This record gives sequence, structure tokens and C-alpha cells, in this order.
Amino acid sequence: MIARTTMIAALLATTAMAAGAQELRIGLQDDADVLDPDQSRTFVGRIVYTSLCDKLVDISPQLDIVPQLATDWSWSEDGIELTMQLREGATFHDGTPFNAEAVVANIDRSQNLEESRRKSELTSVASVEAVDEHTVRFTLTQPDATLLSQLADRAGMMISPTAAEEMGVDFGNNPVCSGPYQFGERVQQDRIVLNKFDDYWNADAYAFETVTFLPIPDTTVRFANLRSGDLDMVERLAATDLAAAREAEGVEVATATSLGYQGMTINVGNGERAANPLGENAAVRRALSMAIDRNALNQVVFEGAFAPGNQPFPPDSPWYDQDHPIPERDVEAARALLEEAGFSDGVTIEVQVANNPVQMQVMQVIQAMTAEAGINIELQAKEFATLLADQTAGAYQASQVGWSGRVDPDGNLHQFVTTEGGINDSKFSDPEVDRLLDEARVSNDQATRKESYDAARDILNEELPIVYLYHPVWIWAYDDAIDGFTAYPDGMIRLEGVTMSE
Amino acid sequence: MLQFLARRILIAIPTVILISVFVFALQKLLPGDPVLAMAGEERDPEVIAYLREKYRLNDPVPVQYLTWIRGVLTGDLGMSLRTNQPVLVLIGQKLPVTIQLAVMAMIFALVIGIPAGILSAVKKGTVTDYAANVVALSGLSVPNFWLGIMLILLVSVRWQLLPASGYVPLSEDPVRSIETMLMPAFVLGTALAATLMRHTRSAMLGVLTSDYVRTARAKGLAERKVILKHALRNALTPIVTLTALLFGELIAGAVLTEQIFTIPGFGKLVVDAVFNRDYAVVQGIVLCTAVGFIVMNIIADALYFVLNPRLRKQ
Amino acid sequence: MAHVSDPATADPVLSAKPENRVWKKFRSHRSAMLGGAIVTFFVLGALLAPVLPIADPIATDWGAVRQAPSAAHPLGTDEIGRDVLSRLIWGAQASLLAGVVSVVIAVAAGVPLGILAGYFGGWTDAVISRCTEALLAAPFLILAIALAAFLGPSLTNAMIAIGLSATPIFIRLTRGQVISVKAEDYVDGARAIGLSTPRILTRYIFPNVLPPVLVQATLTIATAIIAEASLSFLGLGQQPPAPSWGSMLNVAKNFLGQAPWMALWPGIAIFLVVLGFNLLGDGLRDALDPREH
Repeated sequence: MIARTTMIAALLATTAMAAGAQELRIGLQDDADVLDPDQSRTFVGRIVYTSLCDKLVDISPQLDIVPQLATDWSWSEDGIELTMQLREGATFHDGTPFNAEAVVANIDRSQNLEESRRKSELTSVASVEAVDEHTVRFTLTQPDATLLSQLADRAGMMISPTAAEEMGVDFGNNPVCSGPYQFGERVQQDRIVLNKFDDYWNADAYAFETVTFLPIPDTTVRFANLRSGDLDMVERLAATDLAAAREAEGVEVATATSLGYQGMTINVGNGERAANPLGENAAVRRALSMAIDRNALNQVVFEGAFAPGNQPFPPDSPWYDQDHPIPERDVEAARALLEEAGFSDGVTIEVQVANNPVQMQVMQVIQAMTAEAGINIELQAKEFATLLADQTAGAYQASQVGWSGRVDPDGNLHQFVTTEGGINDSKFSDPEVDRLLDEARVSNDQATRKESYDAARDILNEELPIVYLYHPVWIWAYDDAIDGFTAYPDGMIRLEGVTMSE
Repeated sequence: MLQFLARRILIAIPTVILISVFVFALQKLLPGDPVLAMAGEERDPEVIAYLREKYRLNDPVPVQYLTWIRGVLTGDLGMSLRTNQPVLVLIGQKLPVTIQLAVMAMIFALVIGIPAGILSAVKKGTVTDYAANVVALSGLSVPNFWLGIMLILLVSVRWQLLPASGYVPLSEDPVRSIETMLMPAFVLGTALAATLMRHTRSAMLGVLTSDYVRTARAKGLAERKVILKHALRNALTPIVTLTALLFGELIAGAVLTEQIFTIPGFGKLVVDAVFNRDYAVVQGIVLCTAVGFIVMNIIADALYFVLNPRLRKQ
Repeated sequence: MAHVSDPATADPVLSAKPENRVWKKFRSHRSAMLGGAIVTFFVLGALLAPVLPIADPIATDWGAVRQAPSAAHPLGTDEIGRDVLSRLIWGAQASLLAGVVSVVIAVAAGVPLGILAGYFGGWTDAVISRCTEALLAAPFLILAIALAAFLGPSLTNAMIAIGLSATPIFIRLTRGQVISVKAEDYVDGARAIGLSTPRILTRYIFPNVLPPVLVQATLTIATAIIAEASLSFLGLGQQPPAPSWGSMLNVAKNFLGQAPWMALWPGIAIFLVVLGFNLLGDGLRDALDPREH
């Protein structure tokens, strides 16, 4: 049977080669959700938008805010007004001109569409007005240091007001934006095809006629498709395939430490289930953190390719608090802490974890590590959907989850540990932390903000409502005929200046 | 004949209603909230509350069921919560993919299963028969998904002969489309080939000992002609009906195969939908598969009726 | 493939026949004996796992992650340095348990319902039969996946899900069997002399239902083992660190390039044990079949 298959394959191989180099085929880990920047919520969706929908501003690989649809901007003295100069000559894919009115309509939609998931990102915006055709002014309720970074993501993506008006909530079925590529077609779980938009203001910088995104969840298969030439680029290569990818002929690799983290969220006040040694006693949480060898974890599960961590920001981030370096594993000290807290016989805790192989592996390694310090972990594997529901409802003791990360440090911290935080599933509450993190939001001065974050870290490191473990590293692998690709810490694929030789 | 069909269809109606109730009830029992599952890491309570209201998830369950059924009767299977696309459109996109896979798998199964069955029956009791049986049983015993993994490992990773996954529509590039489906179809076809082989063998054995085959032999016809012309034609009746029945199962069997080879078909859609709690999609697909299965059953019965002269006379 | 019953099982097994003849026929069936041997081998392995001189199946060794087969680890190690051979042997427990328990559930639920439907007919039959058909029309694996997701991922729940999904097959089989036995003269006779319904059921109906159920049960164990492996493969069955062949494969598929042995052995184990049950089931069917081929 296999012999026959081989023969057919050999016959077919020649026809397969005929595909032109004008197409770029990118393998994604998941299928994107609805293609409407206001309703969208997946990471891969953002990868698609990077080519489809331009934003007011963008980020540099160093996370500085740089111009995109806004060419320049300035803050008023009191930090309440943000005035932006808009790019002239930019148009949406349907020919609607991009101007100040379009920005006003877009912000209005993000704030007021019932299904919009951008509301919380734009809470500080009181009003937006068109000053003239190419100038727009944001008026805030209070100074907001995070606003520009929000406008560098989905909240700042500009969609055609004409199309938005026409399609309403179904905009995602045929998205019309102003990016370098326009929407071609989409087949669920199969592909999203984008075609070059010739009237793009910077069209010359984009080499490919079409960009096709193919969701292939299995990392092994994704990598195999790259090696066989069926894909030109894949995102999120498995860390364990990194060595093989580096050795593989014709394959190039790029990496960037992500903005996100993985950790263990601990229920310290979310309902009755918080009443357990781990939830009630910060010393037990410190013992847990101390019993984990984060470097060994990284070596065993990710072959050392990821970045161990103990804070919401990776150690090489400017926001990282150097006064709290990654703790060395210390089993004796962990035991002593437990003993002091009155648990000389050790404790048993339940940890819920998503039932995917990598996260299971992480938790099994941690399970083995903490057992030596007298912390017995009982693993509860759940489907991700159930895990999230239980976490929100407080039906858990500890939960192994992560966060994809945001450009502004506020996005990695405020909503998780402030009393009213939207995703504060630990239900951690400390007035001092609330005050410090609120303060860090309003100042536009990086040094002042850093001070607030460091002060909050001093408290959070003692209380540990979230035990941080590591920061994933984005790994892209691509055909070595591709040139000019830059790795960004946000994990996006920016195609400006990217070319492929024949 | 018409009367027979009408009765079959009449009986199928309560079955279909029951299926819809089962599927709906099961969905409601699943832990986890679809809106929350969909929200992922960004959970804005306001939006979640709004979406619950919008998709009528706060209504009492029987009301939700009636709403859904009313939609189904008017050809509206609801919307996918995840992508805002109508379920009917999704099914329209996915069904051709899975049918292509099923047809190709069926071809594999027929090409391997029937000749092997005939050979095994004709050479009953010999080493050939014995070997064919062991191979057939092996085909039944090997886990599909493991066979898929092993094929990917060998054919795609080691030898780099066929793509490990990916799907090209038949209309776009027929050659490449068939090429990408070869491995999955083979994997899906193995178990079927085994079932077909075993049934062909037993049907042939029954026919080969029958009177008219003996008569044909007595008339001095060549053995080859006896087997192919007289025996096979009669043995084929149960096999044709079986094939119709198996076709329904094939669609269901595609679940894991599509998962392994990331083929964007029915099976992958439904598994992803279960994991994402995309209720409307799961309901729509299970309902469609079940109806398809029942239709295939009726077709199988009808074929049996048509092909079997004795039944027709009654 | 469980819905399509093989032609022989559908035939009614008539009056009791000498048991030793069945045993003799079974014993002379070479492939059935082979099946029995394979199954015995795995059962022994599963039972003796605690006393065999093998490594601890959940002991991790970070110095030996994904090591190729060697003297210390004859089948290599897995993603966190556990011994694959030892996990394979312990995994037999999960697989066999899943196969047997889920079939016991299916038989315990399906046979009584089938007898009820077949013997009493009428509305009882109509209700049970329509429900059975509805369940049979929903794809087996999709049903099991949805049930397992509903119950939460664990080995016990996977067994319940598979057992419930397999129940309709036994209802239908038993019902058909009961209907054909009911029409026999000796059952009419028993009724005529005033034997109570429970007596008739236990004395005449049940013994005749048993043989085909036994054959189907053996074959369904094979299906159930594959189903458990499939659920575990999707992350819905046995949960780590406890080993199961399906979940071993689930992890292994991420390391096909670097550690193919992780995927090879669990698959072979599933294949062999399922083959064993299939051979055994075939042999049983031939031995219990009143017709001679």
C-alpha cells in the first residue's frame, strides 16, 4: 500500500512546486475568532489584524509607541487631552477615506457597541472630537498612561465606518479596514486569505500578493508542514522543536520573549474554597514558590528555551523589580516556613490545570518538586472552558493559568490584583496595592510609575496571590528564503519589508 | 415499496425528535459557560451579561429548546457563538470536506475489502484465508489515531512524501486535494476494509455452497466465471446494503482522523465546538449526522428491498 | 464500528447444547486460543504490575528526559523522565479496566432494558426502541466525547461515558433475541402451564439471550478499549501522573520527531490487546454458533 502511495506522491510532487512565490503561507496555532476588532478576543485574531487592520499607533520591538495611522501626537499639560495628527492619503479597503470623523466613529463603536470587548480598555476616554479633517482630540476623565498602548492594539484599530454602519454586528464576516492587506475569504478552521491592498499608503513595503493564514493546532504537524514546504512560516513552534528547527536545512528561526506569563493563581478570598492552608496563609504560598526550581522547570519542559520568571514582567523588562530576583529553590527553607505556619506534617492542595499536554507536564514537574518540601499537589485536569468557569466562580484552590501579556505594564497587573479588578479571580484585596497601582496608571512619567510598581511588588511578593512561573518565548520558524522578518515581543507577524527570494 | 418507505420515514420522525432532545439536554448539562468560554482571558462582566441575554441563555431550558426547534423547522440552526457565523453556513462549508474524505476512505475499503473477502472465501481453510483474516482483524484492532500518527511520522516527517495536514478543496486543485487526503482516507478506510472483507467472505461462503452455484459448476462453467458472475452477484446484495450503512458510520469515524490530520471537516468542527461550548454548532452537527445516519439506514433498507427479488414479490 | 452486528450474532441460538461441545470447538479454534493467550498475557501484566521488578511508573528523573531505549530503560523514558516500560505495564490496568467496566455498565443497563422491550412489546417496546434508535443514530464517539466532557475528565467518567454510549447496542441485540425466543413453542408451552413471568424470563429467555450477549460483550471490550484510548488521547480520560496508553499517546504526539518510541509502544499495546479480544470474540462466536461452516 505504501509503495503505491509513494508513487502517486512522486507524480504529484511536480505539480505542487508550481505555486508562486507571491503567496505567503503562515501556519497559526488556532483558528481566529470573529474578525471584528471590537468583538475579537483571540491572540491569533490579532496576528491576522496586523496585516488587515491598521491602528492609530504601533509599537517598536523595544515597546516604544511609534506612528501608524496617527503620525504625531501630544498630551496637554494636565494629561487630560491627547491630540493626534492623522495620516493623509490613507483609505479604507472600500474606498472610504480615513479621517478624523472615521476615528470618532471607531472609538464610538468600541465604546458603545453592545458586543464590544474594548469598553474596559477605553474607560478613561470621555469624548473624542474631530478638530479638522486630519486632527483628532481625545478628552479623558483622568490622566491615563495606558491609553496609547491600548490604541496600539485592537482598541486603536480603525475599521471602515461605512462598512461598520452597513454590517453592524456582522462586520466580522467581511471585515473592511485600512491595513496593507484586504480581506479575501475565510473558511472556518481552514484558512483566512488576505489580498494585497494596492491603494495602501505604504504599499511598496509589502512584497506578497496574498497572505494565507492556516490554523494547524498540532505543533508537530505545523513544523512538519514547514519542513515539507507547504508553509512558509509558522508561529509558536514548540520549545522542544527549537533545536531541531535550528538544525533543519532551509529553516530559519526567530525568537522574542513574550509580554505574558504563566503562573498559579491562588484563591485567597473567592468564596468558601479559599478556606484552605494555601488560601489562608501567605507563608504556605511563599513555601510553595520557594519549593519550585524555575530553571529546572524551564529545562525539563522547554529545553531551556523559555524565560523563568517570578513577576508579571520578564526579568529583561524595564519594569522588572530587580530587588526581587527569581528565588533559588530552597527545600529546607520551604519546610521551615511550613513548620512555622503550623503545618509540620505538610499540606495537601488541589491545583486545577488545563488538560493539554504541555500544561500537564509543567504541573507534574512542579508536583514532584513541591512534594519534596511537604506540599502535596493533587492535580485536577479540566477542560479550559470548565477551568475558567470554575476559576471565576471560586470553585478552586489554585489554578495554573497564564496571561498573554500587554504592552503597558498596567495590563499585566492591575486587573488581577486590585480589589475591583475585572479578572481578579483570587479576590486578593489590599488597599495599599490598590492605591499604588491606581497611581501608576495616571502618571506619564516612567520613573514615577516604576516606583509605584516596585512598591506594590514588595507587598505582592509577600502575599503571593499569583505565583509566577515563567514567560513563554515566541518562536517563529520560516523558510530561509524569507528576509527581513523582525521578532516582536507581542508575538505579531509584521510583514513590512519582509521579502522572499525565489 | 412506497408503502414500506413511508412507514420507515414515519417511524424515523419520533427518533429524530428524541435525538434533538438528547443533544439539547446533553449540551445544557455540560459544565462551563459558553459565553465565558468564548470570552477567554478577557472577561468583561458587562459584555458577558449582555451576550447571555442575547443568546437567550437565561431562559428556562424548555423555552430554549422550543426556540431552537422553531428555528430548526424554519431552516435556521442558530449562530456559532465563537465566530458569529450561521451554523447552516458552517455545515455547508464542512460537509463537502468530510464527504470527500468518506468517499475516498470508502474507495480504499471497497478496493481492499471485497477482493480480499472473495479470495478468502474461495480459498477457505488455506493459508491465504487465514492470513487475510488476521490482516482484517488487525485492521479492526489498530487504533485509527495511532495509525495516523505513525503515518505522519513515517510518510511526512521521515520520508517527506506527503503533506502531514492541510486541505485543498477539490474545486481548487483536484490533484493536490486528493494528495492531501490520501493518508487520512487510508487510515479511515482500514477498519472499514476489514469489516467489508469479513462480510464479503461470509456472504460468499453462503452463496458458494448454494444449489445454483453447484448447478453452474455442474454445467461445466469455468470456476472464475462461476465465482465472478454467479456467486459474486448474489453475495453483493448484503454488501451493498452494508456499504450504505457503513457510510453513515464513516462520517462519525472521521472525528479523530480529522483531528489528527487537521482536516477542517465535520469531525473537527464538532470536537472543537464541544471544547469551546459552542452549543448551537454541536446541536446542529449531531442533528445533521443523526438524520444522515437514519436516511442511510432507510436507503439501505430500500436497496435491500430492490436487490432482493424474493422480498419484492411479497 | 460497533453498530453493524456481524451476520452470525443476529441468528438466534436455539435450545441449549452440550457445553463441552462448545468448549471443544472453541479449543480447536487456533486463533481464538491465540486471542486468549494475548488477553491473558496483558491481564497478568496488569495484575502483577505491583510486584514486577520495574521502575516506579510515576517517578520522575529530570536528568533523563526523553531518553532513547537503553539497558536502564528498555523502552526509553517519557517527557519528564519516567520509565516507558513501567508506564506501559501499569497502563494495562487502565485500559483493561476501561474495557471491562464500561462493558459491564453497558450490559447491566442494556440487557434488562432489551428483555423488557422484547418480552412485553407494546408501548414499553416502542419507547425503549425509539430511544435506542435515537442513541444509535448519534455517532458513538461524539456521544462519548460529549458525555466525558460533561462528567469531567477522569478514567471513571470515561468508563461511564463509554458504557452509556455502548448500551443501545445491547438493548437492540437482547430485544431481537428475546423476540425470536418468545415465539418458540416451549415458551408458549411454559406460559400455557401457568409459569410466572419472572420464571419464564429466568428459565427460558435469559439463557438464550446470554450467548450472543457474551460474544458481543467480548467484541465491545475491544471497541471500548479503543474508545478509552481515544478519549484519553483527547485529554478526557485517565489523568496524569497515572499512566494510560491513550494519554501516553496524547503526550507522545508532540515529540514524534525527537522521541518516536514514546508513540510506538503504547500504540502497539493497544493494538495487541484489542486484537486479542477480537480474536477471542470471533472464536466464541464460532463456538456458540449452531450452524456449521
